[in-house]
Order: sequence, then C-alpha cells, then structure tokens
Amino acid sequence: MRSNKGVMVFIEQNNKQIANVSLELVCEAKRLADQLKVDAEAVVLGYNIHRELAILGKYGCRKVFYTDDKRLSHFTSVPYAKTIVTTIRKYQPQIVLFGATTVGRDVAPRVASALKCGLTADCTQLQIGDHKIKDKTYHNILLQIRPAFGGNIIATIVSPESTPSMATVREGVMKMVEIDPTGTTNIISESCDLADEDFVTEVINVVREGKAVDLKSAKVIVSAGMGAADSEGLELVKALANAFGGVVGSSRPVVDGGLLDHCHQVGQTGVTVRPNLYIACGISGQIQHRAGMEGSKRIIAINSDPDAPIFSIAHYGIVGDVHDVIPKMIKAYKAKT
Amino acid sequence: MGLKIVVTVKQVPDTHNLSRDAMKPDGTVNRNALPAIFNPEDLNALEEALKIKETLGATVTAISMGPPKAKDVLKECLYRGADDGILISDRQFAGADTLATSYALKCAVEKIGGFDLILCGRQAIDGDTAQVGPQIAEKLNLNQLTCVSEIIEINDQTVIAKRIVEGGYEIVKSRLPVLITILAGANEPRSPSAKRVMAFKNIDSKVCETSYDEVYVEPDSCDMIGFIKEWNARTIDADPSICGLSGSPTKVKKIEGVVLTTGVAKKVENTQAGIADLVHELIEEHIIG
Ligand SMILES: Cc1cc2nc3c(=O)[nH]c(=O)nc-3n(C[C@H](O)[C@H](O)[C@H](O)COP(=O)(O)OP(=O)(O)OC[C@H]3O[C@@H](n4cnc5c(N)ncnc54)[C@H](O)[C@@H]3O)c2cc1C
Ligand SMILES: Nc1ncnc2c1ncn2[C@@H]1O[C@H](COP(=O)(O)O)[C@@H](O)[C@H]1O
Repeated sequence: MRSNKGVMVFIEQNNKQIANVSLELVCEAKRLADQLKVDAEAVVLGYNIHRELAILGKYGCRKVFYTDDKRLSHFTSVPYAKTIVTTIRKYQPQIVLFGATTVGRDVAPRVASALKCGLTADCTQLQIGDHKIKDKTYHNILLQIRPAFGGNIIATIVSPESTPSMATVREGVMKMVEIDPTGTTNIISESCDLADEDFVTEVINVVREGKAVDLKSAKVIVSAGMGAADSEGLELVKALANAFGGVVGSSRPVVDGGLLDHCHQVGQTGVTVRPNLYIACGISGQIQHRAGMEGSKRIIAINSDPDAPIFSIAHYGIVGDVHDVIPKMIKAYKAKT
Repeated sequence: MGLKIVVTVKQVPDTHNLSRDAMKPDGTVNRNALPAIFNPEDLNALEEALKIKETLGATVTAISMGPPKAKDVLKECLYRGADDGILISDRQFAGADTLATSYALKCAVEKIGGFDLILCGRQAIDGDTAQVGPQIAEKLNLNQLTCVSEIIEINDQTVIAKRIVEGGYEIVKSRLPVLITILAGANEPRSPSAKRVMAFKNIDSKVCETSYDEVYVEPDSCDMIGFIKEWNARTIDADPSICGLSGSPTKVKKIEGVVLTTGVAKKVENTQAGIADLVHELIEEHIIG
C-alpha cells in the first residue's frame, strides 16, 4: 500500500542560512503536492534556527519537522542520516527530495539504504504519472527524469514498489516561484534520540572561501573540461587565460572532481557568461554546459573528437589535443605581440 | 602490521569519449561499441590506498562487482601495487541499482572482514550517482567521509581528511574503520609498474568456494598470488532476493537519445600556421589584447 502522505524536502542549512536549493525544492514539492492533493513538508536539523524557518511557509511548505540539537548545528553523516530516517518513518511521506549538494549527496544514499528505497541522483525534471509493470499499474508516482551516460541519453526512473521515492536535484534546476508573504508554516519539534556515540565525525575546521574569480564580468574566459583535467592540462588552461588576459572557467565534472572551485563553473548550475571570447578546452558541449556560454560573442572549441557537440555552437573549431593546441596558441600570441 | 584496506573499483563504459556509433538510431546505447575502462575516480581511490601502503604499511585488496571481463580492472590494480583482487560475479547480480550493488559489495567486504579502511571513488561515470559508497557504509554501520581531496593524517586509530564542499572545504576527523570516497583531484594515479605487469599479465581468475582465509595471501608476497578470486552470491552469503534486479527498487521507465546537431564551426587547422592565423585575427579585432 502506498501511503497517502506528503512530499517532503530535506532543508539544508549552513550557519543557520537555508540553502537556495532547499527553497527551490520546496517550490517544486509544493507543485507536486498540489497535484497529489497532499502537503509539502520539510525535515530540518540544526540548532537554534526556529526563526529562520518561517520563510518556508512563504514558499508553500505547510509542516516543518524540526530537530533542534547543538550537536546537529553542523552536518555530519551518521547523525543526520539517522534523524532523517526517524522522521521519514514517523511521517511516511511518499516523496522525499534532497539538494544534490555535497551534503545531500552524502546523506540521501545513507537514508535510502536504511529505508531500502529507491534514490535517483541529479534529476533535471520531476513529474507525477503512472507506471505499468506487467498487468499492474501504479498511479500517481514520481517520475524522475535525468540525463545518463554522460548526458547522451535522458532516462525516466521510477521506484514504484518502495516508499518513499527519493531524488536529489541540483541548485538552479527547479525554478523558484513568487513567494506568498502571508504563507505560514507549522513548526513541529521532534525530539533528538541520538547518543553521543553517534557523533563519529569530528569537524575540525570549516573554510568557506570567497569567490576567487568573477566570470560574469570577464572579457575572455578559457574553460577547462574533462579533456584538460590533468595537472598539465589545467596549467596550460591557466597559462592561456593569463596570456590572453582572461580568467579560468570550467565544466562541472572538473569542479565536482575538486580540481577547481565551484565559482569557476559555467553552465546551467554554474554561472551564465557572455564574454567576447570563450575558449572551450576539452569540453564536450553537453546542453547543461552550453546553456551557460552560448551567448559568448566568439567561441573557440578545442577537442580531440571531431564529432563533439561543442563544435555545433563554436565559431572556430580546432580538432586536436589540448596539450598540443594550447602551447601553439601561446606561442602564436607571444610571436605576434 | 599495517592497515587492511579494501578498494572498490568498477569497470565502466567510457561515457566521456562517446563516438557516434555508440548511440543506436532509436536513441539507446550500444554498449558493445563502448570501450570498457577503469572508472577514473576509482584509480584515485586505489592511488590513496597505495600511498598509505607505502608510508604506513598496508594490505590493499581491490574488489569489483561485474561480469567476468571486469577482472581486467582488478589486473590493473595488481599492476599498480594491490596485493589482492576479488571479482564479485554472479548472474544474480545482473541489473543491480545502487542499493543492490551496495548490498553485494557489503557482503563481500564482510567476508573479507577485519578491514580498517574502505576506499571508493566518489562516483562512477556510467551513472554519476555517487551513492554506492555511502550505501556500503550504511549497511556496514560504518562512518563515511565523502568527497575527500586529501588524507592529511592517518594512523591505525584515526584519520584526518579534507573534504571539498561548496565554496570551500572542511577538515574532519574519524576513527577507523571508516569508508572514504575519493575525488579526482586527490592525486595523480600512478602508471602500472612494468615488473608487475610481467608478473600478473597472465593471471587467471578462479571461483573460490573455500573460505577467504584459506586462500588469503600474506602481503608483500605478491608474486605468490596465483589468481584473482572469483566470488559468487553463495560465497559471500548474499540473499538472492535482495540482489540484482529483484533487489533494485529503481526501474528505468523510458530512455530517449539526445539529438546532436551538426557542426557550423569554421575549421582551424591544428598547425602552428593555422593557429597563428586565428590568434592574429583575434588580436586584429581587439578581442584579445
Ligand atoms: C542537473 C545537471 C546540471 C548540470 N550543470 C552543468 C553545468 O552547470 N555546467 C557544466 O559544465 N555541466 C553541467 N552538467 C554536466 C553536463 O551534463 C556534462 O556532464 C558536462 O558539461 C561535461 O563536462 P566536460 O565536457 O568537461 O566532460 P566530458 O563530457 O567528459 O567531455 C570531455 C571532452 O574532452 C574531449 N577530450 C578528451 N581528451 C582530450 C584532449 N586531450 N584534448 C582535447 N579534447 C579532449 C573529449 O572528446 C570530450 O568531448 C550538469 C548536469 C546535470 C545533470
Ligand atoms: N560494481 C561495482 N564494483 C565495485 N565498486 C563499485 C561498483 N559500483 C560502484 N562502485 C564503487 O562506488 C563508487 C560510486 O559509484 P556510483 O554510486 O555508481 O557512482 C565507485 O566509484 C566505486 O568505487
């Protein structure tokens, strides 16, 4: 039996500040909940953040299950996962959404494993629909749509036989709706049943660096993709940016791999840029990347694969290895100036 | 006498360098046209294990779940310095999503037993889910540190690591045993050693029904590893009802291909002259100074 319960969002907070992606997900949860004629709900963990939670009502969230404990003020895997599992077991939501952030992607799989339910990473679209297996039809379940195989296919995933259906979604994918200034929410305090032994990770230090690069106002951007993601490739990209008086951008996997900070990322879930010159080095040109740079006045693509989609939007295409092409560009520039 | 480290490695289709014929006209993936490679971040996980082995002393056991040909990635681990390779392979594991995969890997890790550290890649490029590591940890009731870019300090009791998070990083500490997922930026994976390639090039795999201890080889006697161990569902005491397709709550409902348009770019020859012309044009038009 499927439960008739709500659409729940895990609300992520850093230093008492609710993450943007969580607010976007509340908007999406509200949309799905309206279709299902249930409530949008939230699960929140933290310390002393009652006041910050009122905003959730303005985005359409009706109930907030809040566990307040000093030990939960900063995220660590085991206590967060346990508390979320307890809340889900208690309120039986039919859908639970997480931001595809480092926190969401750390905790959601643990929660899904404990509840033995399905989890789809990095969805780009969520819908409610039916799914038929043999002669059984499941009505009004979550259809989880995501690119797969390096963005070459779009897959629709369902998990009809386990509850809840869970998904993670990146920041910037779901649209924020106009807030309703009169909207209110009901904050329900949950007791924390964690033992000190559950706190197995000690957070020694948290460093948030300011944005090191301003892509938006840059005239020239040289971006590194996975084809330039080795240390030599990155050095070359930096050297080219330097030579041309530009800044370094990147595709998402380079950022995900920890090679460059998120502030360098161009694309749907990064920054949208329109420089005079954009040089894509070893970037395949998937739709999510193109969305952030298509408006550039000149685009040069360097890629070893002549069929790479980036060539379909580039003004100049160089088929070749970045390790070989970039030194030639630097050499040519030095010779001319 | 050093740590006991398990590294999980996966053989994946090379989704990052897809050629046109990899996609069938109906938009589905022609898996046979895709070269199978060592999942990139698993090489980083292996490298971390080998670094610990060099500094602290450790036995490194690589495990992979997949079809028989997945033993190629285990060979690659032996070439680089792993002490042992175990292939988890059984028809019953086919069609596994992350929940069922993590269950089978958890059973295998339990069978190995007595480990101090499990190292995984952060994510596999075929699904980009990054779920299997944390799910193994949950099933073993183990702590986890994800997105680690550096193991700062490790001894036989605790580990201190740097995790990359949005707009910064965290330094965290955990007791062992713990499961850590490693990022691509953590290190430059070493190349295979020629000597070890010679030693293991023809290594075979062998189905093991015996208990693990009986076939376990002591570390640093790598030349003695006779074969890559092959374990099936029975060897690792896996409950068939939660393996493979039947243990996978997620189902693929529909798959659509993404349409690629053809190029409009002006082709620049990859020669010094061709590139010099382009750079000259950019300077002339004051696009670069
Ligand atoms: C919800 C969502 C949001 C996303 N948001 C973003 C986003 O904001 N920004 C973003 O960039 N991506 C985003 N993505 C990811 C996107 O789908 C692609 O996976 C990503 O853009 C691919 O990055 P890439 O081109 O660097 O890597 P790959 O796709 O791996 O491409 C590497 C390219 O380099 C070439 N190459 C390899 N070696 C060499 C060499 N030596 N010399 C020259 N070329 C070489 C290859 O031919 C290939 O074309 C998002 C995905 C999702 C699901
Ligand atoms: N079949 C498998 N065999 C061994 N390790 C795996 C397997 N699937 C996933 N892993 C490990 O889990 C990590 C995350 O995988 P994924 O959740 O698929 O992105 C990988 O980098 C591997 O270290």
